[in-house]
Amino acid sequence: MPGTPFSATVRHEDGGSVIDLVGDIDRNAGDGLTAAYQEATLGRDQGSPVVLSFRDVDYINSTGIAVIVTLLAKARADGRSLRAWGLSPHYQEIFQITRLADFMTLFETEPQALAVS
Amino acid sequence: MAVKNLRRLRRGERRQQTDSGFPSTPTDVVEAVPIDDNDPLFTFLLATGGPIEVERINLESPALSEIRAQGVQLIVPLIAQGDLIGTLNLGRRLSDQPYSTDDRKLLAGLAGQVAPAIRVAQLVRQQEAEAKERERIDQELRVASLIQQTLLPKELPRLTGWDIEAYYQSARAVGGDFYDFIPLSGDRIGLVIGDVTDKGVPAALVMATTRTTLRGVAAHTDDPGEVLFRANNSLIPEIPPAMFVTCLYGVLNTETGELVYANAGHNLPYVRTASGVTELRARGMPLGLLPDMNYEVLTARVELGETMLLTSDGIVEAHSTDGEMFGFPRLQKLVAGHEGGPDLISAILDELHRFQGFDSEQEDDVTMVTVRRLSSALESATAFGDEPSSIARFTFPSASGNERKAMDAVADVAQGLGFAGERLERLKTAVSEATMNAIEHGNKGDPALLVEIDLLANAQKLLVRIRDQGGGKPIGAPVVPDIEAKLAGEQSPRGWGLFLIEQMVDAMRTSVDGHHHVIELEMSRGGN
Repeated sequence: MPGTPFSATVRHEDGGSVIDLVGDIDRNAGDGLTAAYQEATLGRDQGSPVVLSFRDVDYINSTGIAVIVTLLAKARADGRSLRAWGLSPHYQEIFQITRLADFMTLFETEPQALAVS
Repeated sequence: MAVKNLRRLRRGERRQQTDSGFPSTPTDVVEAVPIDDNDPLFTFLLATGGPIEVERINLESPALSEIRAQGVQLIVPLIAQGDLIGTLNLGRRLSDQPYSTDDRKLLAGLAGQVAPAIRVAQLVRQQEAEAKERERIDQELRVASLIQQTLLPKELPRLTGWDIEAYYQSARAVGGDFYDFIPLSGDRIGLVIGDVTDKGVPAALVMATTRTTLRGVAAHTDDPGEVLFRANNSLIPEIPPAMFVTCLYGVLNTETGELVYANAGHNLPYVRTASGVTELRARGMPLGLLPDMNYEVLTARVELGETMLLTSDGIVEAHSTDGEMFGFPRLQKLVAGHEGGPDLISAILDELHRFQGFDSEQEDDVTMVTVRRLSSALESATAFGDEPSSIARFTFPSASGNERKAMDAVADVAQGLGFAGERLERLKTAVSEATMNAIEHGNKGDPALLVEIDLLANAQKLLVRIRDQGGGKPIGAPVVPDIEAKLAGEQSPRGWGLFLIEQMVDAMRTSVDGHHHVIELEMSRGGN
């Protein structure tokens, strides 16, 4: 039962950009995620948030957490808000334990994630 | 307190010093006359305090009449610490002269010295007697407890598909609780729980007789009603009239779960079923009271996953410090809330201790037997014994991605043990991280080197041991990652593995030798 290959697709919505994450998030997700972030922020002003959708993610390991930390560090350097929705209860717990949730607000739904200014 | 002891002693020992005046004429020595507490002479002598002529005492006193009849002329009260502890009774002087003032002074002085010495001697003797009594009681308790411990089963039956646990704790006074498992023909086993009224050695002896009788009778008939009928008749001549024995006897077919049972006035067993807790009721008189009693025989079935609890009345009759009784509803609720086995027993004990107050002494013996029919073969393979036993083993080459295969393989086994939901997810994350550690750090990603995963389990917990071919350098203790430093670019964004593992499981242990690292993960099997 090998994992699902990672992909990240960008959607531009009114409240901000959404990156639809699919598959496993481990170290292999690093390049794809960085590229998606660049695409998501291209031409959007600094106040426009980037929302990560984890709805189609079943597996995140510690190297995937490192990838997300790297992305979060970049977003903070840019002064841009990074948000997340669609995490399973288990990964919500992991985001709490690792304190990722302290720096990236978790939402239940995508409209909620986009509604906050 | 002291006064009470002194008075008791005075009554008990009836001490009175008597003297005729001259030891050289022993024929004149008279019998000691006891003076009762409520004899007016007692108060009179206490109030007088010094030597007094008998003829000057004018009292309606049985003791005084007797003393007079003996020809006593002078009474010298012996007083210590305000209490009359005896008297010196003197007859006529050999010279026939009355006692002089000097004589009386001498006697008063003597009494003042003798009385405290006698008092000390009395106290020493009293303490010796009390110590002896305590020693006797302790000795009796030791004997009772020894009888009981000798006769209670040394080992619990190990039956395929069943988990049988027992708990026995004697009160200080040692009651007459007992339980027993009697091997029968076929797939059947006899279950016994009983309680002898009374405590100490007599109860222990009756318990021993009852146990032997039941074992003897059970060998000859399959019918629990018949077993109790015959046991009752054999016990009647053996049991002292004021004592009796409550006892439940059931024959369990371990293949079908069918239980045929009869009850001689013992607490009803509970069965925890999918639809709630039921009581197994069957009518019958306690053993040892009346001959030729008939016992109702009923049949129940213990289904897969169900638990039966047998108890003695030491639980339901325990009192709180407010005098409230523990009661059946409280026990029934505990049965409803726990699967059975050690979990149920420890839950009942916890609740009992909370209820009684942790400092209070246990009033009566506490006995519990849980009989649980396991819900799967895997469960029965792991239910026995304290040492977790091996239930599965996997090996994976050290290639990236194999941590997910390891995770899924362990998850399959864990689900069979009842892991589900959030705890299964936590276990999966921990196994994946630990395996990745082994692949990347221990085995340096060399596909020729294997990661070995051993699963061990018992009724309480699952252990997962993940071993690589590294070794030499110990696995460091997990540190809490500093996310601020990582976000500021001051530290590597990596370094989450060990921290995550430790957070996911109930316990994590690491070890190292010259050739291997081992990470052991422990997860309790309760609490899904």
